[in-house]
Amino acid sequence: MVETPETSRDDPNLRMAGMSLAAPEVRAWFAREVLPLETILIQFLRRNWRDQSEIEDLLQEVYARVFEAARREIPETPKPFVFTTARNLLINRVRQQQIVAIESVADLETLGLAIDEPGPDRNAVARDELRRLQAALDRLPPRCRQAIVLKRIEGLSRREIAQRMGIGEGTVKDYLAEAVSALSDMLYRESSDLRRQP
Amino acid sequence: MSEARETGAAVDVKARAAEWLMERSLSDNWLAEDQTRLDAWLAQSPAHEVAFARMEATWDRTERLAALNRPTSEIAAPAPRRRLPPVFLKLAASFAALAAIGAVAANFMQQPHDRTFATPIGGHETVSFADGSRVELNTNTILRTRMTTEERVVWLERGEAFFQVKHDAMHPFIVVAGNHRVTDLGTQFVVRHDASRVQVAVVQGRVWLEASEKQKAAHSTLLIPGDIATATASTVSITRSSAQALSNNLGWRRGVLVFNHTTLADAAAQFNRYNRQKIVIADSVAAGRKIGGTFPTDAVDDFAHLAQSVLGLRVTMRGEEIVISR
Repeated sequence: MVETPETSRDDPNLRMAGMSLAAPEVRAWFAREVLPLETILIQFLRRNWRDQSEIEDLLQEVYARVFEAARREIPETPKPFVFTTARNLLINRVRQQQIVAIESVADLETLGLAIDEPGPDRNAVARDELRRLQAALDRLPPRCRQAIVLKRIEGLSRREIAQRMGIGEGTVKDYLAEAVSALSDMLYRESSDLRRQP
Repeated sequence: MSEARETGAAVDVKARAAEWLMERSLSDNWLAEDQTRLDAWLAQSPAHEVAFARMEATWDRTERLAALNRPTSEIAAPAPRRRLPPVFLKLAASFAALAAIGAVAANFMQQPHDRTFATPIGGHETVSFADGSRVELNTNTILRTRMTTEERVVWLERGEAFFQVKHDAMHPFIVVAGNHRVTDLGTQFVVRHDASRVQVAVVQGRVWLEASEKQKAAHSTLLIPGDIATATASTVSITRSSAQALSNNLGWRRGVLVFNHTTLADAAAQFNRYNRQKIVIADSVAAGRKIGGTFPTDAVDDFAHLAQSVLGLRVTMRGEEIVISR
């Protein structure tokens, strides 16, 4: 049995009970350490959960639990922590459903998913970042892409973008929100499509 | 990989998180009470925190795109231009060369970078741009272009044109035809604009087709090689075409019409696009006869002769028209 995240904070040296970290700090940690795991986390959930329509729900639940735990204490080793959380969530769900034997959730050790490996090579990520961003931009609807190009590359203000595109300032926000939402999936869920780009 | 199915709730939270982020990022004047409202939303659920963290991180990553801002950006500034950028001179030079041919009309009464190219009935012209893109105009076509360092937009006012675009993700090449807009994603494609419809066929790469203006970007369609999209004011239909059929449709680039099980009526309509001398098929049985073959676009006489000798139809002259009947 793997230790649950909830009990992993009983080291008295760390933090006083009830004290929580500032949300922006936790968000920054989450973005830096957890989001890059999204692709393999989804793979893990898919392999260990029968109903594929629930994967996104499970992912969000894992994220919520990790985030809550990190609020109390930032885990030292994010990757094992995230996958342990995921595994425990699946086990709990199975128990609640009382349908499938607990053994049906594979042990982390036997998954061939070496969770103690170092995370993605950050240098490689940095090298590829611009290329990935450009590829992702290419896949945005044209108006969304135009808005984000004007904002991020040309550095225009909201009003200038509105004028340039001949739209209202509210619509500028809508396009950019749509763009950032689409980009978040493209950047954190590596599709084979993106990887194949030259 | 991204097709993990999302529940409505997850999608809503994402969209809302993106809106909050943009509200904050775009605001010139983010007040304490705005932050309080955002904090309240975030505190509602860890799912909100997570979604917001994801959007925030994505937005921060896009900051790196600023590296793509080119040093020539002062050209984009509204300040008056003291000297013509080299691009302009090149464009002017290539334009002058084309104008000398005499088949291309220009209109200087527009914005400095705007050009208009036109071909008469039966005409066929190629326009090359400084960015390496090329456009071939088919018969009876008007194309207006605005090629600057900031934008690459052409308006296909009427007719048909084949585009070979030098792809530049930061400066998409956009073709506006009627109330539709085609955006290249690294591409060869052909756009035809008639009175009532716009047709887009993709030879290579990908393009976005979207209804311009009112409709939201979400309604745009991604076209891949072999796709032929036909758009009217209210509908878009897409059919798949073989490479051979596509190549036949582009016969005009070689100055020919390629017919393959084509009805006489269709063949006549195609000839009529290229010639002042029109062919009229006078009865419906003759109109339905099918033919094949390759003809120069101006070979109206050969076509009429074929109808007479091979199909056994009657060919008569009526003023400028060639009338084909049984």
